[in-house]
Amino acid sequence: MAIRVFLLLLLFLSSAIVSFSLYEDQAGLADWHQRYIGKVKHAVFHTQKTGRKRVIVSTEENVVASLDLRHGEIFWRHVLGTKDAIDGVGIALGKYVITLSSEGSTLRAWNLPDGQMVWETALSSAHHSKSLLSVPINLKVDKDYPITVFGGGYLHAVSAIDGEVLWEKDFTAEGFEVQRVLQPLGSTVIYVLGFVNLSEAVVYQIDSKIGEVVAQKSMVFPGGFSGEISSVSSDKVVVLDSKKSILVTIGFIDGDISFQKTPVSDLVENSGNAEILSPLLSNMLAVKVNKRTIFVKVGGEGKLEVVDSLSDETAMSDSLPVADDQEAFASVHHEGSKIHLMVKLVNELDNVLLRETIQMDQHRGRVHKVFMNNYIRTDRSNGFRALIVMEDHSLLLLQQGAIVWSREEGLASVTDVTTAELPVEKDGVSVAKVEHTLFEWLKGHVLKLKGSLLLASPEDVVAIQELRVKSSGKNKLTRDHNGFRKLILALTRAGKLFALHTGDGRIVWSMLLKSQACERPNGISLYQWQVPHHHAMDKNPSVLVVGRCGSDSSAPGVLSFVDVYTGKKITSSDIGHSVVQVLPLPFTDSTEQRLHLIADTVGHVHLYPKTSEALSIFQREFQNIYWYTVGADDGIIRGHVMKSSCSGETADEYCFTTRELWTVVFPSESEKIISTLTRKPNEVVHTQAKVNTDQDLLYKYVSRNLLFVATVSPKGAGEIGSVTPEESSLVVYLIDTITGRILHRLSHQGCQGPVHAVFSENWVVYHYFNLRAHKYEVTVVEIYDQSRAENKNVWKLILGKHNLTAPITSYSRPEVFTKSQSYFFAQSVKTIAVTSTAKGITSKQLLIGTIGDQILALDKRFVDPRRTLNPSQAEKEEGIIPLTDSLPIIPQSYVTHSHRVEGLKGIVTAPSKLESTTHVFAYGVDLFYTRLAPSKTYDSLTDDFSYALLLITIVALVAAIYITWALSEKKELSEKWR
Amino acid sequence: MTQIIRSSPVLAFIALQISFIFFASTLTCTSGSEDSCYTITGRVKIPPSNVIGHTEKFSNVKVLLNGGHKITFLRPDGYFTFHKVPAGTHLIEVSAMGYFFSPVRVDVSARHRGKVQATLTETRRSLTEMVLEPLREEQYYEIREPFNVMNIVKSPMGLMVGFMVVVVFLMPKLMENIDPEEMKQAQEEMRRQGVPSLTSLLPGAGASR
Repeated sequence: MAIRVFLLLLLFLSSAIVSFSLYEDQAGLADWHQRYIGKVKHAVFHTQKTGRKRVIVSTEENVVASLDLRHGEIFWRHVLGTKDAIDGVGIALGKYVITLSSEGSTLRAWNLPDGQMVWETALSSAHHSKSLLSVPINLKVDKDYPITVFGGGYLHAVSAIDGEVLWEKDFTAEGFEVQRVLQPLGSTVIYVLGFVNLSEAVVYQIDSKIGEVVAQKSMVFPGGFSGEISSVSSDKVVVLDSKKSILVTIGFIDGDISFQKTPVSDLVENSGNAEILSPLLSNMLAVKVNKRTIFVKVGGEGKLEVVDSLSDETAMSDSLPVADDQEAFASVHHEGSKIHLMVKLVNELDNVLLRETIQMDQHRGRVHKVFMNNYIRTDRSNGFRALIVMEDHSLLLLQQGAIVWSREEGLASVTDVTTAELPVEKDGVSVAKVEHTLFEWLKGHVLKLKGSLLLASPEDVVAIQELRVKSSGKNKLTRDHNGFRKLILALTRAGKLFALHTGDGRIVWSMLLKSQACERPNGISLYQWQVPHHHAMDKNPSVLVVGRCGSDSSAPGVLSFVDVYTGKKITSSDIGHSVVQVLPLPFTDSTEQRLHLIADTVGHVHLYPKTSEALSIFQREFQNIYWYTVGADDGIIRGHVMKSSCSGETADEYCFTTRELWTVVFPSESEKIISTLTRKPNEVVHTQAKVNTDQDLLYKYVSRNLLFVATVSPKGAGEIGSVTPEESSLVVYLIDTITGRILHRLSHQGCQGPVHAVFSENWVVYHYFNLRAHKYEVTVVEIYDQSRAENKNVWKLILGKHNLTAPITSYSRPEVFTKSQSYFFAQSVKTIAVTSTAKGITSKQLLIGTIGDQILALDKRFVDPRRTLNPSQAEKEEGIIPLTDSLPIIPQSYVTHSHRVEGLKGIVTAPSKLESTTHVFAYGVDLFYTRLAPSKTYDSLTDDFSYALLLITIVALVAAIYITWALSEKKELSEKWR
Repeated sequence: MTQIIRSSPVLAFIALQISFIFFASTLTCTSGSEDSCYTITGRVKIPPSNVIGHTEKFSNVKVLLNGGHKITFLRPDGYFTFHKVPAGTHLIEVSAMGYFFSPVRVDVSARHRGKVQATLTETRRSLTEMVLEPLREEQYYEIREPFNVMNIVKSPMGLMVGFMVVVVFLMPKLMENIDPEEMKQAQEEMRRQGVPSLTSLLPGAGASR
């Protein structure tokens, strides 16, 4: 007993010292942060002789970044808003990065060395259109050539120095769409070529100083243009006609327009539709026709001739001036597992300046984009480097026949995440190989002790960090006792599956989805397919990856089954029907494969795996399978039930028809569904009852079939500021998805979305905007079961009215009651998640992804509807916090500490084996992982536990015992002598 | 960045006297849209600071309108601008690592040609003077307490040692204070009961006897 008390005391004391949040030297110990930029759209090299060599890129994730060309690291980057897509990038005056975004209506300049925004200019635009950025290549820095921008019907000239709009031309009346802006060197006149209604070519000559139209020429082309254009020289462009069968060369020398038609069939026999490829080559253009890429040379008089032809899977760069007025371009094509990079002169295609063959990972797919840059070698010859963007969005720099660096930019667009266990450690491999000798071990702990007593020098701190990483063995590829080592499986938009190690975030394996039906399926979602218990079955776990051929929801789906340990595809199948919803069923077959239902667009559901065993399991549970669909557009939630096998229509015995069981229709004139949410299906609830302070029992209404729905008035569906408080109201519902019964309805007048919610156990927490207070609010709703409230003691539980043997019917109204409370919250929110632990005993924390891309951990106790202004003594002891009108934002409880998870999209939590600890993974443009202990690590010693101090104490105690023994003996002896 | 927090929190705090100055200019949106749109301009003024990483921190400040509907960045002089904002009530938030800013309620008046009124929503203070400071500086890390003898003493090990010290050095003192008569009585009692003394408990005690 005494020992127990002492141990408790010890535990209490140690926990009182260990704080909840991190010390600075603990950052990066259990967490990691990876910075990405996304799939590169444009790249501009900046390789002056002096200074660091860099490449400026803009990406599909609306990131503009400056990368180190030597190592691929990010010098700086900025993530623009989600609606602020970048249309063009350039470097002006040799010191500013210019970006054009939002369809040509926002022009920004960033300082090249440090990424500080220098100026920002809003340009007028009337309608949505293609936009165009033309940054003059300045040879003389002292002269300020204006930047010309076209977008939304306006042509602007903007000074590169301060972003001042020098002049603007309104072309909206004419419907003139600018295609090319050409600025001959040394001339003040710029040529602006464009089309009117895709049938008339117009050339304006505009004085670049004042914006006055010097001359204008137009000419109607009877066939009409298709809009694809390639400029081949300073006075010629080539376009396709509307039928995509005739190449039209438009010359506009000195303002005179001339057309010259060349049917594609003259160049290639049996030609189909042609397509002009984007690379800009001088006096040449690349055309894709008949699955071949042909190079067409444009002669002096606009005569076209085919000079070369390549397979269509060739990616090309723009041409680049190399020495002696010659231009060169790079092309990359595949051959097996190798890629060939060739740099050729545009004028002499036979003259290959560079031919390199590089081994390439199969799982990177094809080359999508090539950006080339040249440099002068020490022997005065030209060297080339190529930046290539692969199909899986990765970015690689090739130089001298090798991959200098690569960035896995696919991870910037994660669509779904799940976790998986690592393989069990095989016998014969020793775990404790880290601690070499007793001396080393002791030295390490003395260092740690020094660190915790703040006596460590900076070198010691570094040594401590290294030691900690090493001794924790956190990077091993086997399962550990606490379940801290796991795999995070992330599916990206490019259809690539990554397995990341929780220890350091490295990629353990990656796999690109493949399909016979289409070239490259998109990844949609991930499911646990087979999780064999390692004692029962010696089989590797696997996941189901659901993909789709094309972006349309009716496109046929692709299923891939991937071995989690090896990353190898087990099988994949083109299922021949579309995928609208995937329902993992709570049944597994004898090989522990989980049954899944896939609903398609025509109202059928399909059972997977397609085995007779699965079918027999399914037939047994046929009556008990329900699901729901949410029609956000028409405001109807429908409940479905299985009807029969669809044998009448198809011979597929794994296909079933369904019928509608119930519908909840929201009036479209007053309510619009903006958010729906259910509990996580694999969530563990430890206890169903909650004991009040007055020894009262509250039964949680723990149902897996509760759906949270939030609706707003249609006017309030827009952004904040577009609606007055009187016009908007927010209504939330809790709906039973089996019966379609609305269990609870709560309306917030004068509030609007966006609603971010989290649903766990018997509570929902949601975040919305209160227009009256003009603040964000968080509301918690807890739902309790009234029907079992009578069962207060054992006898009532057994003999009472509502015991478990009493018949239950779904027609009876469930007796529930709710408690709710609202609080202000001082920040916009992007997403909310909740921690999840193995047994659900540990108290929960809300993980709030804020607008600043940080993640705030907020104890659930702060959003407890039982909070009152003056809690009684008993309530205080229970841990009820006095009510405040707003939720606290404690900076130390940001789990991301000093990092930002740029472009935060989602937070995923997964339990570890240790009950106190949970894995947290956040994804967006960046990735962030950490381990959290919401109630502190009460079930294990922390990393900080000082073994050295323990050892010293024990030594001291032993010494003390011997000293006292000696003293005691001496005293006894002297007493005996007395 | 973390270095600044540690090295000179005081300096950084002094350095951050950020002020917002709001004004708006009417800027009729393009002919295509019927509503007239306005511009909101504010200023984040940071006096020069010699803290390392200061500029980097400054360039990572984002200003967000209406929960991220529009995002803009600061110019070197601290100014930021939102263009094409319709009349109405809006919310501006500042996201800067290391500082907490109150969201700002901004009313853009349609009647007064885009006159802007700003109020801090956290403190409900109206920005008539148009000066705003960040509500507080944020420390993301717990500060380690400096070395303290009391910490060691208070730790479980310290308590164990302390307890031993008490037993070893104070108990004999207490024994001495006891009346010798009573002491003798107690000792006799102990002998009769055969309670082993400390020496007999220890190994080797028997040998020495």
